Amino acid sequence: MRLAGKGLINRNKRVRFCFDGRDYEGFEGDTLASALLANGVTLMARSFKYHRPRGVLTAGSEEPNALVTVGKGSSQDPNVRATVQEIYEGLEAVSQNRWPSLDFDVMAVNDLGAPFLGAGFYYKTFMWPKAFWEKLYEPVIRRAAGLGAISGAPIEDKYERAFAHCDVLVIGSGPTGLMAALTAAEAGADVLLAEEDSALGGRLLSESGEIDGIPARDWAAAMAEKLAGMDNVRLMTRTSVTGAYDGGTYGALERVAHHRPLAKGLPKECFWRIAAKRTVLAAGALERPVAFQNNDRPGVMMASALRAYVNRWNVAPGQKIALFGNNDSIHDVAADLLAAGVHIAALIDSRAEATCALDVPFYAGAQVCGTDGRKQLEAVSIARASGVEKVLVDCLGMSGGWNPTLHLTCHMNGRPEWREEIAAFVPKVGMVPGLMAAGACNGAFSTAACLGEGVGAAQAACEALGLEAKAPKLPSAENRPYRIAPLWAVAGKGRAWLDFQNDVTVKDVKQAAVENFRSVEHMKRYTTQGMATDQGKNSNVQALAVLADATGRGIPETGTTTYRPPFTPVAIAAMAAGAADKGFAPERFTTSHRLTVAANAPQIEAGLWYRPSYFPAKGETTWRQSCDREVGYVRQAVGICDVSTLGKIDIKGKDAGAFLDFLYTNMFSTLKVGRVRYGLMLREDGHVMDDGTTARLADDHFVMTTTTAAAGEVMKHMEFVSQGLRPDMDMRFASVTEQWAQFAVAGPKARALLNEVLDSPIDGESWPFMACGPVKLGGVDGRLFRISFSGEHAYEVAVPARYGESLFATLKARAEALGGGVYGMEALNVLRIEKGFITHAEIHGRVTAFDIGMQGMLSKKKDFIGKAAAQRAGLLEEDREMLVGLKPLGAVKQLMAGAHLYNAGAEPVRQSNQGYITSVGFSPTLGTYLGLGFLRGGRARHGETVQMVDHVRGVATTCEVCHPVFLDPEGERSRD
Amino acid sequence: MIELKPLSPATGLLPLDIGGVTLREAEMAALTLIAPYMGREAQLTEALEAAHGLGWPQAGETSASGAARLIWFGRKQAVLVGAAASAKLAAHAALTDQSDAWSCVVLEGAGARDVLARLAPLDMRDVAFPVGATARTEVFHMACSITRIEAQSWQIMGFRSMAKTLVHDLQVAMEGVAARAKPALT
Repeated sequence: MRLAGKGLINRNKRVRFCFDGRDYEGFEGDTLASALLANGVTLMARSFKYHRPRGVLTAGSEEPNALVTVGKGSSQDPNVRATVQEIYEGLEAVSQNRWPSLDFDVMAVNDLGAPFLGAGFYYKTFMWPKAFWEKLYEPVIRRAAGLGAISGAPIEDKYERAFAHCDVLVIGSGPTGLMAALTAAEAGADVLLAEEDSALGGRLLSESGEIDGIPARDWAAAMAEKLAGMDNVRLMTRTSVTGAYDGGTYGALERVAHHRPLAKGLPKECFWRIAAKRTVLAAGALERPVAFQNNDRPGVMMASALRAYVNRWNVAPGQKIALFGNNDSIHDVAADLLAAGVHIAALIDSRAEATCALDVPFYAGAQVCGTDGRKQLEAVSIARASGVEKVLVDCLGMSGGWNPTLHLTCHMNGRPEWREEIAAFVPKVGMVPGLMAAGACNGAFSTAACLGEGVGAAQAACEALGLEAKAPKLPSAENRPYRIAPLWAVAGKGRAWLDFQNDVTVKDVKQAAVENFRSVEHMKRYTTQGMATDQGKNSNVQALAVLADATGRGIPETGTTTYRPPFTPVAIAAMAAGAADKGFAPERFTTSHRLTVAANAPQIEAGLWYRPSYFPAKGETTWRQSCDREVGYVRQAVGICDVSTLGKIDIKGKDAGAFLDFLYTNMFSTLKVGRVRYGLMLREDGHVMDDGTTARLADDHFVMTTTTAAAGEVMKHMEFVSQGLRPDMDMRFASVTEQWAQFAVAGPKARALLNEVLDSPIDGESWPFMACGPVKLGGVDGRLFRISFSGEHAYEVAVPARYGESLFATLKARAEALGGGVYGMEALNVLRIEKGFITHAEIHGRVTAFDIGMQGMLSKKKDFIGKAAAQRAGLLEEDREMLVGLKPLGAVKQLMAGAHLYNAGAEPVRQSNQGYITSVGFSPTLGTYLGLGFLRGGRARHGETVQMVDHVRGVATTCEVCHPVFLDPEGERSRD
Repeated sequence: MIELKPLSPATGLLPLDIGGVTLREAEMAALTLIAPYMGREAQLTEALEAAHGLGWPQAGETSASGAARLIWFGRKQAVLVGAAASAKLAAHAALTDQSDAWSCVVLEGAGARDVLARLAPLDMRDVAFPVGATARTEVFHMACSITRIEAQSWQIMGFRSMAKTLVHDLQVAMEGVAARAKPALT
C-alpha cells in the first residue's frame, strides 16, 4: 500500500511493468520489490528445497528470497534480486522454482516431507547403488530444487570489461563513505566512489534522522552534488565492488542497463578492474534475522527493510505491523512508522529491561515464538513468562542486531575477530593490504562515529600517499550507543529458519553437530548453509552461533567461514565480455587475404593466421579435385603460394653468426653471404623445437625463418638465450614477420615467371639453389631466396607488406598465363609429403633429431642448445619410433593421420602398437596415398609390410614401409 | 616493368567517428627499429642527436624533434617514426625497417581515454600517462604500443596482420562509451 510522504520516488512518472504475466504500475525510483509491495503483492518466490511461499526479506543486495527472472530468451537473467532490480517501462519479470504457478506450486509437497529432507538427507539416503547418484538421484533432486534457469541460448546482449585507476577507492556511500570521499578529494587525491545502489547516501536514504540540522537524506544529496562537481572525483553508482585481489586491485560489477531497456551498443553490465593505491571500505552493516518457528512467512522481513520501504519508497508492507528485536534499532523503526501513519500492533523487545517511549503496545522481555498464515503472515505468537499471546498482524519487522559488511576484508584469507559488546565480527587491521575499514563495517554504528571514521580513514589513506588531508569540521549527528542483548534463536519446537535461501533451519545445524560436523566449515557444507546467491549474508553469524551453542563452545572458538569473491553475483558474460566467438583471439590476415576470399578459397586457421585451404575452380565439386590440380601446377608449370605467415627474424651484429651456431644444431657462421641454409633447432632437453631456413644477407646480417606455429615460441626462446645464456654476444634481433609479404614461386616455370616481374632477370648461375639476395620489382626493394618446400625449382620472393596484395595479384595472373596458378595449404601439404619434408605434425615435441633421421646435423665441432641432452642413451636406441614413409598395398587404399601401426598379423591393441601416422595425402604425381609416420626401428624396416588401424574411424589398411622421400630423392628437380 | 600498388594496413576500415570519438589511420611513415649494440649506447645517443636532434628515450618515454619522434619500444630498443633513419646510426645499432609491420591508428576526442580504459589495463590518468608517454601494453588480446601524442589523442600501433581485429575492438569500445553518453530511452 502506497503511503503519502516524500520518498525518493517520482510520483509524476508512472512506470508500467509485468510480473508473472500480470501488469502492474509503480513509480520511477521503485525497485521491483517496492513496486510489488505497493501493489499488495507479498508472495514473490518459493523456497529452494521445500518450495515454501516466500516474500521479500530485505531491501538490498543481500536479498535471499525474492529472486526473479528478468527478460526472455538469450536475454534472460535468472536470480535477479527484486530488491535491486529497478523498474522501468516494459520490464518483464517472472518468479522462479515453482510449477505450475507461484500461487499453486505442486512441489510444495516437499514441505510435507520436511522431516525426511533435513541436513545430510541426500547423502544418507541415496547412497546405493553407487552409480545411481550421478545418473538418477542427483538429476531428479536438482530438478525439484533450485534457483532460476538460463535460457541455454547464446547471449546476444553486449557486456563490457574496463579498467579504472585511482588514488583512493571508497566503497560505499553512506555517512562514512561520503565523508571519506570528500576528505580525500579535498586533499587532492583522485577518488573513485563506488556505490551499489542507484543513488548515493546508503542507509541515510532510508532513515529519518538529521545531520547538521537538516534531514540526513538532504545532507547526503548535498554531499553527492558537491562530490559530483569535483574534477578529481569519479562517482560510480549501481556498481558493486565484488572482490579484493592482489596489489590493490578490486573487481566491480556495474549494472549499466538493468534499469532501462537495452539500446544499441549499450552493455548490460560492465566488469571493472579497479587499481587503487589506497582503499576505504565503508560498506555499512547488514541487519540479521532472528530464528523462530515459521519466521519465513511472506510478511516477515527485516526491520530495516520495513523502514526503507516506508521512508524511501513510501510503501507500507502491511496494515498491522509488529516489530521484534533485541536492540534499540526497532524503536527507531517504530518511530518512523508511526510518523508515516502506519499502525503498529506490537513492539516486542527481547530485553527484559527495555523501555519504550512510544505510544504502541509494548512487550519487554518477550519473544516471537511462532507465526500463523501460509502465503501471507496472519498472526504472531508472543511468548512471555506469563504465557503466549497471539496478535493479528500482516507484517513483522525483525532485528537480531547488525553484522558489519566486512566481506571484502576476508577475500585475501584474513579472519575477522569477534567483538563481544556488539555481538558481531569486525575486521582486523591489515586483512587486505592498503584497505582500511571504517564506519559500520568496522563496528561503529552511530552516525557521528561513522562520519568521524570516514574522515580518519581518508586522512590515513592520504598520509600514505604523501598528501595532507585537513580535518574538516564534523557535521553534527546522533551519537547514541548501540545496545544489544544477543538473541540468535528462540527456543521451541518446529522449524526456525536460519538460511532462507537454502532452507536451513536451527534443527539442521544442531543435527550437523550431533553427527560430528562440528567445524563451522563442515557444518556449512553438510547443511548447505551460506551457499548460493546471498552467500550467507543473512545467516552466517546466527548459524555459527547456534553451532557454538550446540557444541558447547563460544563464538570466537567456533570461528566463521571465509567469505570469497564475488560479494554479489557476477554474470560470467560480464567477466568474459568481448571474448565470445571470434573475440576469443585476434585474427591475423595475410596481405593476400582479400584476394583469396574473393577467389572463394575456404580458410583454415594456422595459429591465429587464416590461410587458404584450396582455390576451387569452375566445375570442381570436391576439394581433392582442386588440390590435385594445384599440385599439378607446381609439378608441371608454376604455382604461387602466400608463405608470409612463416616467422621471419632479422639478426644483426658482429656475433650474429656465433649466436646462430649456438641456437641451431648445425653451423651458420661459415655460411657465405648470399646463401641460405636449412637449420634444426633443439630445446634444452634435446628434442626438436623447430626447423627452417636462415639466409645470410650481409656479413653481420641474417634473416631466419621459423614455422608458422612456432614463430612466437622461437622468438621467446631467442630472448631467453640472448638475455639469460649468452648476454656476452653482441647482436640484436627483431621480428620482421609483419614487415614482409612473402610468396613461394614454385615449379619448372618459376624462373620464367620471376623474370617477368623482376626489374633485372636472373639465371641459374646468378641464382643457384639456396642463393639469396636483394632484388627490385617495379622499383620496389625486395628479397629473393631460392629455396623449395615442394622439391621443385622454386623461389620465395619478399616485398614490403604494403605491396603484398598487388604482387600476389600480379604473380597469380602471370602464373595462370603460364599454365599454373595459386595453390593452398592442401596442395602445399601434398607437395611436401611427396618430398618427405617435415612440419610440426612430425616435430610435435616428442621427437629427436635421431628420430627424424637428422642426427647427422648435430655438429660435433661446436656447442649448441640441446647437444648434451640429445646424446642421452635412451634417445639413441635403435628401437625408437623413427620417421618412415608409408604406402598402401592391399585393397584398401586409404591412409589416415592419427592411425596406429601394428606388425602384420598382430592383434591391433595398445600393447602391440608399433607407431603412428602423422601426415597423409593423396599424391596425384604418384597416383597413390602417401603417409609419413613413426615406426619402431623404422629406418631398418623399409620394404616391410605393416598394418594401419584407425580405431576411431574404423579403417584398416595394409602398408609398405619405405623411405620418407617418395619423389626425386636426389633433389635434382630443385637444382636444375 | 611491373607496377606494384601500395596499400595501408587498415585500408577500407577507417575512419570511424562514434559519439565524438574518432579513429583514423595515421599516414604510413618510415618506421625504423633502433636497437643499440653492446656498449654503444653513448655513441648512438650522440649520433641520434647529431642526425635527428633526438635524445634516447627512457622506458615509457618518447623524444620528439620536428616531425621525427623516437618512441621507447621495449628493452633497449626504440622506434624512429616520421624520418628515415640516418645511415650513420648503423655503426652503433641494429636498424630494422618496420614501416610495413605496424598498423598505426590514432584515437582522438573527449571520450578517447574512456575507450582505451575498456581495452588497456594501463593507468591513463594525466599524472601517470602525460602527453609524450608511451607503453607496450595490451589492447584487448593484442600486444600493442600506445603513445599519448596530444592531450586527447593517442597513437596505437598493432601488428599489421591484426589491423581488422584492432579496429573491431576499438569500435566496440567506442560504441559502448557512446551509448552510455545517451540518456535512457524511458
